[in-house]
Amino acid sequence: MTFLYLFLEFFKSGLFAIGGGMATIPFLYEIAKNYDWYTTSELVDMIAISESTPGPVGVNMATFAGYLAGGVPGSILATLSLVLPSYIIIIIIARMLDAFQKNKYVKNAFDGLRPTVVGLLTVASFAIVKVSFLKEEVKEIEKLLVAIDWKAVVLFAILFGAVVKWKKHPIVYIGAGAVAGILLNMQF
Amino acid sequence: MKEYLELFTSFFRVGIMTFGGGMAMLPMLQAEIVDKKGWATEDELLNYFAVGQCTPGIIAVNTATFIGYKRKKALGGAVTTLGVVSPSIIIIMLVAAFLGNISQYPVVQHALWGIRVAACALILSSIIKLYQSGVKNVFGMVMFLLAILVTGVFGISSVFMVIFAIIAGNVYRYFKDRKGDTQ
Repeated sequence: MTFLYLFLEFFKSGLFAIGGGMATIPFLYEIAKNYDWYTTSELVDMIAISESTPGPVGVNMATFAGYLAGGVPGSILATLSLVLPSYIIIIIIARMLDAFQKNKYVKNAFDGLRPTVVGLLTVASFAIVKVSFLKEEVKEIEKLLVAIDWKAVVLFAILFGAVVKWKKHPIVYIGAGAVAGILLNMQF
Repeated sequence: MKEYLELFTSFFRVGIMTFGGGMAMLPMLQAEIVDKKGWATEDELLNYFAVGQCTPGIIAVNTATFIGYKRKKALGGAVTTLGVVSPSIIIIMLVAAFLGNISQYPVVQHALWGIRVAACALILSSIIKLYQSGVKNVFGMVMFLLAILVTGVFGISSVFMVIFAIIAGNVYRYFKDRKGDTQ
């Protein structure tokens, strides 16, 4: 029975969480309250671990929750149930786009959408900029200068210069960032 | 068969190299899918992200499904989706079974601090690339700035902005074509 509920719960969160992985967190809270698979304090750990390991954070959290509920088969089932709704919806949309590709209204719509999405992605990236460059949440503008993590700003400038200049594969800079982070923050 | 395997391994790589949410995946997708494999253009990537903004689910999975479908229809979409989630399944199971809460170790926290900064640098360079491909005229510039203003400053849902953009794209074309007729 656990597996049936696991499928239903994660299918539901995959179907109704709009706007990426973080949008699944409210669903995970509800699961913590309704089932004895994990507690809300375990959920806090799950979120932290999912953000610290590779992979899209929404998928990581589902895998983790599934593991706690039903071991290895549980984690596979939870993940597949989470992605199934988006898979079905995207296949339907992709088919429609195939059919309407030459339709001028669809083309015009995408002409409006592309620049808009660049703007939306710019806004979405503020979230990661905020956690990377601020040591604490800033409520008043006067406290902004104190809260800025200047070490991070300098490392950012160096890495961005390197990205523009050498155009190596992104994983090179991720690795460099990890090493620099350990070296710069270690207390020897 | 060979292309299915390539689709799987490419998206497996995208999955394993992404730390955090959908934004962090953008540089990896550009490197693996646009630059290396040529499976999609920057413009197509923007189209997929546009659809991903207003459909449910995880953006990483939505984009993977789109590109898989484009190459090899529904089966291709399934292969890329499995590819992008497989690293998570393997890594999280190992962490859950053996390591416990690794986010508590200082060395992990320090490494993540640096990874986040690197991700910011990569994302900025990705957004510049997308801007160059997606914003081509004054209309595009207006839509770009409007999206930032409406969702970033006023905090209005991006779904509203997406619907507005669909209408605006058509209205813009309508007036442009009419102007073209009279000349």
